[in-house]
Amino acid sequence: MTQYLLSIYQPDGPAPEPEMLDPIMRDVDAVKQEMKDAGVWVFSGGLHEPSTATVVRAKGDDVLITDGPYVESKEHLGGFTIIEAPDLDVALEWGGKLAQAVRLLPIEVRPFHDEP
Amino acid sequence: MSDRPAPTTAQIDRVFRDEYGRAVAVLTRYFGDIDIAEEAIQDAFAEAVRRWPEAGPPPSPAGWIITTARNRAIDRLRREASRDERHAQAALLHARDVPAEEGPVRDDRLRLIFTCCHPALATPTQVALTLRLLGGLTTLEIARAFFVSESTMAQRIVRAKGKIRAARIPYRIPRETDLPDRLKSVLAVIYLIFNEGYQASSGERLIREDLCAEAIRLGRLLAELMPDEPEVKGLLALMLLTESRRDARTGPAGDLVLLPDQDRSQWDRELIAEGQAIVRECLRRDQPGPYQIQAAINAVHSDAPTAAATDWRQILALYDQLMAIAPSPVVALNRAVAMAEINGPEVALAVVDGLDLDGYHVFHAVRADLLNRLGRNADAVLAYDRAMARTENAAERAFLHARRDALN
Repeated sequence: MTQYLLSIYQPDGPAPEPEMLDPIMRDVDAVKQEMKDAGVWVFSGGLHEPSTATVVRAKGDDVLITDGPYVESKEHLGGFTIIEAPDLDVALEWGGKLAQAVRLLPIEVRPFHDEP
Repeated sequence: MSDRPAPTTAQIDRVFRDEYGRAVAVLTRYFGDIDIAEEAIQDAFAEAVRRWPEAGPPPSPAGWIITTARNRAIDRLRREASRDERHAQAALLHARDVPAEEGPVRDDRLRLIFTCCHPALATPTQVALTLRLLGGLTTLEIARAFFVSESTMAQRIVRAKGKIRAARIPYRIPRETDLPDRLKSVLAVIYLIFNEGYQASSGERLIREDLCAEAIRLGRLLAELMPDEPEVKGLLALMLLTESRRDARTGPAGDLVLLPDQDRSQWDRELIAEGQAIVRECLRRDQPGPYQIQAAINAVHSDAPTAAATDWRQILALYDQLMAIAPSPVVALNRAVAMAEINGPEVALAVVDGLDLDGYHVFHAVRADLLNRLGRNADAVLAYDRAMARTENAAERAFLHARRDALN
């Protein structure tokens, strides 16, 4: 079994109106439940806006703290799900279900290194 | 001592080309890893080069290569596994647990084709992997065929194999529900290889025969492995019928000769007979698809003893059918060429002018020809200029140049 990261990338800017967002969230929750029922779900979560991010980095013995996301771009990671699947075809099938739930946003499917 | 004549290096090379794909496929199933399979096969061939000239070739060269490669790989993996190399341990475990055969026995090469043409890989990568793993072409040969440096091509192949391993792109025949889509991408890769060989998108040589031959070989293999898929047959027939005209398609100086001007006595009758027989078989089956219809169009051309005797009505009817199931501007352009023969150049030009194909050199060449037929020579010259500006192929450029000069 390999774990796969299913990342949801979304454009920067204000979140969609509730009347648009609510049915999407319901569908995303339904897919999450389906993943749990199938025993493939490992973890999932949605992230706050990139403006809430803080970057820390080591500088000699000190730790430097700066405001903001590490990478500035037009899109950002909005949330992710980790699943466990025997191969890419199975992972892509779950990725497809998630993509249908979130409608317009792409899902990036990426394998984790196997556990040592 | 063997009474068989000692094989030459050329003969061993031939076994390599013929059997490489099968060997990679079998050993990949066995070890679950393409790199281990390839390395083991290289070892086995190196041993063949050492041993066969003296001892004579074994009765089954392919079987010998596979067995030798497997034994070599197991020896090597055991050594590596004893040094705690996880990757070797995993491969040995895989080899121990490999199922005898699940479901109907099918050739391992079929699984390998679907792995190489997996939609998670970019098209140029699918093409490179297919040529490398199934065709046994070297990285240098593939790089030359696609006009990139050897290091670029090597990197592309290494990355692809890395992705197959890390993301676990499966090594199996897709499920029934995924099969139509996945087969489409396999057919597209084979046809792309053929077309790249037949109509090189750049370079001096109009035709790179080796790619055509390789595509046909893959097409035959797929038709043998998937005898119930009519589109597989359709693609094979399309390639055979196109290939049958290869000698007639270039003049003495390597210049391009179009279908109406070709010396039809140069057409390869054997390929035509084979292609037409497949088209007839497809017609009986009556599950038409884009490749079968294109093959049928080519079969109609092959039937005509002269260009003037071409059954354009039948060709137009086939293009209508193609437009109905797989519409595209390029199909519409080809359909317009048939229309010009039946309804005249004016009607055809009106259709062509409505197509959004400005970047495609053939679009401008067709326009130029229609304008020429309508006596609008100045417009035709401009259209030939546009066509020339949009192709990198030297032979096509020379052809367009000659056409344009003939107008002045």
